[in-house]
Amino acid sequence: MLVRQTALTLARRGTRTLATTAIRSHTPLTETCSSPHFFDAVHKGTIPSFRLLGPDGVLVKDAEEEWVQRAKGEDGEKLKRMLEVMTMLPILDQILYSSQRQGRISFYMTGYGEEGTVVGSAAAWENDDEVFAQYREVGVLIWRDYPLSSLMAQVFSTASDIATKGRQMPVHYGSREHHFHTISSPLGTQLPQAAGAAYALKRTPGRENSCVVCYAGEGATSEGDFHAGLNMASVLGGPLVYVVRNNGYFAISTPVSQQYAGDSIAARGPGYGIETVRVDGNDPLAVYLACKEARRKAVEGQKPVLVEAMTYRVGHHSTSDDSSAYRSLSAVESVKKLDSPIHRLRRYLESLSPALWSAEHDAKIKDESKRAILREFSKAEKEKKPQLAEMFGDVFAPVQGEEGQRYGGLERPQYEQKAELKRLIEKWGETQTWKKELEKFAGGKEAVAKW
Amino acid sequence: MLTRTALPRGATLAGTQRRALSRSAPRSYSPANSKTAVALPPTVANSSLLRTSRDDALWTPGLLWRDEEHVGVGRSEEAKRDRELKEDDLRPEEEGGRPTEKMNVYQAIRSALHTVLTKDSSSLVFGEDVSFGGVFRCTMGLADQFGQERVFNTPLTEQGIAGFGIGLSTMGHTAVAEMQFADYIFPAFDQLVNEAAKYRYRSGGMFNCGSLTIRSPCSAVGHGGLYHSQSPEAFFLQASGLKIVVPRSPIQAKGLLLSAIRDPNPVLFLEPKILYRSAVEQVPTTDYELPLGQAEVLQEGKDLTIVSYGPPLYTVETALHHLRQPDEDLEKLVPRDLRGLSVELIDLRTIMPYDIETIVKSVNKTGRLMIVHEAPLAGSVASELAAEVQQRCFLRLEAPVKRLTGWDTPFGLAYEKFYLPDHVRILDGIIETMRY
Repeated sequence: MLVRQTALTLARRGTRTLATTAIRSHTPLTETCSSPHFFDAVHKGTIPSFRLLGPDGVLVKDAEEEWVQRAKGEDGEKLKRMLEVMTMLPILDQILYSSQRQGRISFYMTGYGEEGTVVGSAAAWENDDEVFAQYREVGVLIWRDYPLSSLMAQVFSTASDIATKGRQMPVHYGSREHHFHTISSPLGTQLPQAAGAAYALKRTPGRENSCVVCYAGEGATSEGDFHAGLNMASVLGGPLVYVVRNNGYFAISTPVSQQYAGDSIAARGPGYGIETVRVDGNDPLAVYLACKEARRKAVEGQKPVLVEAMTYRVGHHSTSDDSSAYRSLSAVESVKKLDSPIHRLRRYLESLSPALWSAEHDAKIKDESKRAILREFSKAEKEKKPQLAEMFGDVFAPVQGEEGQRYGGLERPQYEQKAELKRLIEKWGETQTWKKELEKFAGGKEAVAKW
Repeated sequence: MLTRTALPRGATLAGTQRRALSRSAPRSYSPANSKTAVALPPTVANSSLLRTSRDDALWTPGLLWRDEEHVGVGRSEEAKRDRELKEDDLRPEEEGGRPTEKMNVYQAIRSALHTVLTKDSSSLVFGEDVSFGGVFRCTMGLADQFGQERVFNTPLTEQGIAGFGIGLSTMGHTAVAEMQFADYIFPAFDQLVNEAAKYRYRSGGMFNCGSLTIRSPCSAVGHGGLYHSQSPEAFFLQASGLKIVVPRSPIQAKGLLLSAIRDPNPVLFLEPKILYRSAVEQVPTTDYELPLGQAEVLQEGKDLTIVSYGPPLYTVETALHHLRQPDEDLEKLVPRDLRGLSVELIDLRTIMPYDIETIVKSVNKTGRLMIVHEAPLAGSVASELAAEVQQRCFLRLEAPVKRLTGWDTPFGLAYEKFYLPDHVRILDGIIETMRY
């Protein structure tokens, strides 16, 4: 189609201001056929997954030369850092997962098995690309040097938690500084939001080379918001890469056979007119290169691109889930052994040069991360919760002027209800259950007295 | 409470002014409390609630001019250069006074959108069919003037429109999204309640979508049936973090919409579609705002408080006319001793956060309250206000709070006359409340 071709060749910004339906003419009757042509796939068989590294970490034999060259031309230091973050993630997961099991935090979600997808993609973005995540992408934050102290503050709901002020469940991270939009629990809601953010980027002077990145799991793609988001992004344009982590089998307990009957998620992209690629999510090198290419297409074309990464959720869905109830542990174990993204990249780096990776370096990274994590963990665990007043803040924007002074910057309902809680605490605050609970908050009862 | 004129305290005008200026002398809209007779029952076409002269329009209570070049979302105190009515503004137009223009509600909405698109370069207007002007003409000509990139159609997906608007807003762009009918806002309920309303709170104030406004035509239209008549405001009462506004007239629509768009919170702006063409006023053509979160006392009284918003305000006006001068067929049902009843009429305007102070002040004076709206009764705005008032005015109440609303049924097409609180039901409500 002529329009699409010209759009692709237009690298200059501003020429895509025509990015509305007005210029597209869809006339399905331009081609006709003499017998009814039924079809249920966009590709003969299934769409292939792009793979460079086999399970043994060796470049696969039939890899295309161009991509082998790209892989070889890649900065070794960058790959090394990818592996360092990937090595650290399971340690972080292990410590926090156990702490939830011991009742020290309320909830946790691990990313076991998906390190390759998350870190491989994270390395492909620019640091100021706007990320809309689902909840299993902490690797992106770690890649961007998000402080462990902030991470622990969020997980423990401490007074230092500026990301959510103790208001959201653990693993709902967010950071303006790291261009990582705060995670929320409702699935798929970030998909159309990312389309809006991409449209905004398209119109923001100075952000011509930025991109929006939106992650979702394959379960979330069954939500209506997936359809809304991809269709809007496709029609309205804006630089955007959708990354679907298809962790193979499970949205909690639901296997993909009960999630969709088509050729997974990648098959849907072309239906929206979106350039799409499927990649082996346990091959960090392939994920990284595919995402880099997807990003280039998205920014140059000011349009969305879809990446589906095929991976496997090795861990339980969350700490509230025991996955042995719906899948065999032996199957999980075999995947862990046979198809580990960390193992693959490690073997590859070792084969490149001992200077890049060695058993010593591996041990050093594990030891250092463990110590750093435990140090921040212990600090956060000792810290108080935020001031109780934070329960009423930020419902609305801070109220300015006379009105604001009247109600301490709050809207009337929040102000009045806060005053009511103060009255109750002054009256009942010394009773056993309340007293104990109050002591957990910074400033405790004294802080409440100042309300 | 807003019963002030638009002049700074203590200001005086030249003696040529017809009006004495004082903050405590609101213009009485309706002759409902006066003893003079009016020949015909008022309707929206000839309502005394509407300001049909330039002079009256400029005297709209609480009106603030925003003349500075760029007006974005949020208010930095330094940049705040709002000002109230000055003598210069009142001079004839040809001498450089403030211009006004005859507009209906859709034209006033369009004027507000035009103002925003002109002054705020990050602002965008989008939704289903807005590009050609909108199914209610609220966006007429805007796409031609500001370009398809700023005023554009979206695919037909309400959850997509809401999510897209949130995304724009989190990146600091002013997003004015349209839902074609309020009846179709429910696919976006998740995005509005779980996302927009909670965006600031859940991110510790780090991110927000305060520059998002959702406009949507609402309420009855005579023949809308189940899915072109709904008033869904009460569904959003529990979505703390979201503001809800319903205007009653063109001047109100423009001023409140400009406030809503510039308010640093996501706002749901519900436009009563029956007023799009029927309500006409002289509307100031320049940039002005009316405050959110403040009810307006349209008429002062001492015997009974009636609170409403949107189209029923005009029905109340009609009912009050019949209370004073009942038609022949109503004569024997309207008690003589109630014909001189002094009613305080309040337009709530902002549904959340609502102005309870103005209502409480009024009920403490009158001792009786009736709330009128089109939406069904259960879990309604009327229920919310009634509960608050009985808590705050318990010792002053002389009668139960009367909630006069739509019935707890879907909005059946053929039954509209008996579904809505019409002037007969309002008359009955007044009589029952006064006779308690």
